[in-house]
Amino acid sequence: MVGQWVFIGLLLIIGLILPAVVILFNWLLGPRKPNSLKNSIYECGIETVGETWVQLKSQYYIFALIFVVFDVEAVFLLPWAVAYDKLQFYMVLEGVLFILILAAGLVYAWRKGVLEWV
Amino acid sequence: MDQILGDPFGWFNQLLRSLLEGWGLSPGFTSFVLNLLGAFVMGLGVLLLTLLLIWAERKIVARIQDRLGPNRVGPFGILQTVADLVKLVTKELIVPVGADLGPYNLAPLLAVMSVVGLWAVVPLAPRLLGADINVGVLYVVSIGAISTLSILLAGISSNNKYAILGAFRTVAQMVSYAVPLVLALIVPTLLAGSMGMVEIVEEQRSIWFLVIAPVAALIFFISSIAEVGRAPFDLLEAESELVAGFHIEYSGLRFGMFFVAEFLHAFTISALTATLFLGGWQGPGAAEYPLLGLFYFGIKTALVYFVVIWIRGSFPRIRIDQMNQLNWKLITPLALVSLMVTAVVEKLVVDMGLIRIGVHLGANLLLLAITLWALRAYARAVRRRVEDPMGSQT
Repeated sequence: MVGQWVFIGLLLIIGLILPAVVILFNWLLGPRKPNSLKNSIYECGIETVGETWVQLKSQYYIFALIFVVFDVEAVFLLPWAVAYDKLQFYMVLEGVLFILILAAGLVYAWRKGVLEWV
Repeated sequence: MDQILGDPFGWFNQLLRSLLEGWGLSPGFTSFVLNLLGAFVMGLGVLLLTLLLIWAERKIVARIQDRLGPNRVGPFGILQTVADLVKLVTKELIVPVGADLGPYNLAPLLAVMSVVGLWAVVPLAPRLLGADINVGVLYVVSIGAISTLSILLAGISSNNKYAILGAFRTVAQMVSYAVPLVLALIVPTLLAGSMGMVEIVEEQRSIWFLVIAPVAALIFFISSIAEVGRAPFDLLEAESELVAGFHIEYSGLRFGMFFVAEFLHAFTISALTATLFLGGWQGPGAAEYPLLGLFYFGIKTALVYFVVIWIRGSFPRIRIDQMNQLNWKLITPLALVSLMVTAVVEKLVVDMGLIRIGVHLGANLLLLAITLWALRAYARAVRRRVEDPMGSQT
């Protein structure tokens, strides 16, 4: 089992190194003539106004919050799915009840109008 | 000869192992060298495969749009991608003013790493896969999340407003679609009783999961296309609104790496769909002759990849509000219901052979029919509101 994870670790490292080598080739072979106009931030030809890190709408944050709820749910559901063959019927129904409680959360968010993109 | 045909990969592994140990290496170090060699071949292999994939995609999209596509460099233009690569190598790596150099340089590497890493758990043929881990499904989800991270890093560190808008759309889209993706992945896990990819493929010996759980397969396919950020879900790099989105400030092969990662990711989700729902390498005679299994797996993956390209060529890009509504109001509830239906039905008809498959299929088709009916009713209500905005008050 540990040997399998060694392979994954090596593959991830190689997945980092290969693109790095390719970009290094690009860095060696490509021209390097920076000037202030070329390095300026692209904004359809006009100069950029103010800070880049502007405030964004809070909607993105709300969707991330709903996501966290469902992701934690998935973490609890995966062991339930793996042990499925050994479960009695009422245990399966308990799992269904768990999903229904979370679905109630989704319905609540829906009724509150959180899911509307405004 | 029989052994070579019956277990060619095991035979090759043994050959290399005895060769290395013959040089006087210890068994532990030999395993490490073989792992390193395998990982290198796999990483390089999938990256070189991308050259072919980009050509195939351009060619197919061109046929859909009634063009010829690349046809100058090499036979049928097959070397076009190589020519593009050579051109990109000689381009200047421009770094914008005020970029956060650490994340800016790391983002393209992470994008490629997340996609190459996914191939570790995909069973290519019987007894041929990178790593047989018992949490394969969870690994796919978690490594897939790194690609979201790389796009976020690219967008935030570029010091560009278009890029940051693209990055935040990524949060809204990829993070949202991860929910139905995970829920749809629970269905094959539940049917196979294991999170390991090898067990999931073994379980599909008699019948594919596509037949038992078509709704889950459909949800997995749609949400993984959204997760990859391909058309019609390519909001994060919508040219008409964001110029190029998160990779606007990248040039040369730094941009090329994002490009490679996107195309390879699309192929990877095709491979995952083939593995989880189309039986992976399963097929007549595949268990006896593993090379045949590799062939079946390739055919299935190529078919799914063709559908992905077909979808790209056929549908217009959806708006961001439509994208969110589609996920939270249709796909996620449907995924929850499909999971519950599969869990209950499987327990009721677990040992009934053909009846089990029929009941599963019937339940799923009923679910699809109800969904389509609800969508129709919703579309009618919207149309009525548009045609008669005052309603019954007039």
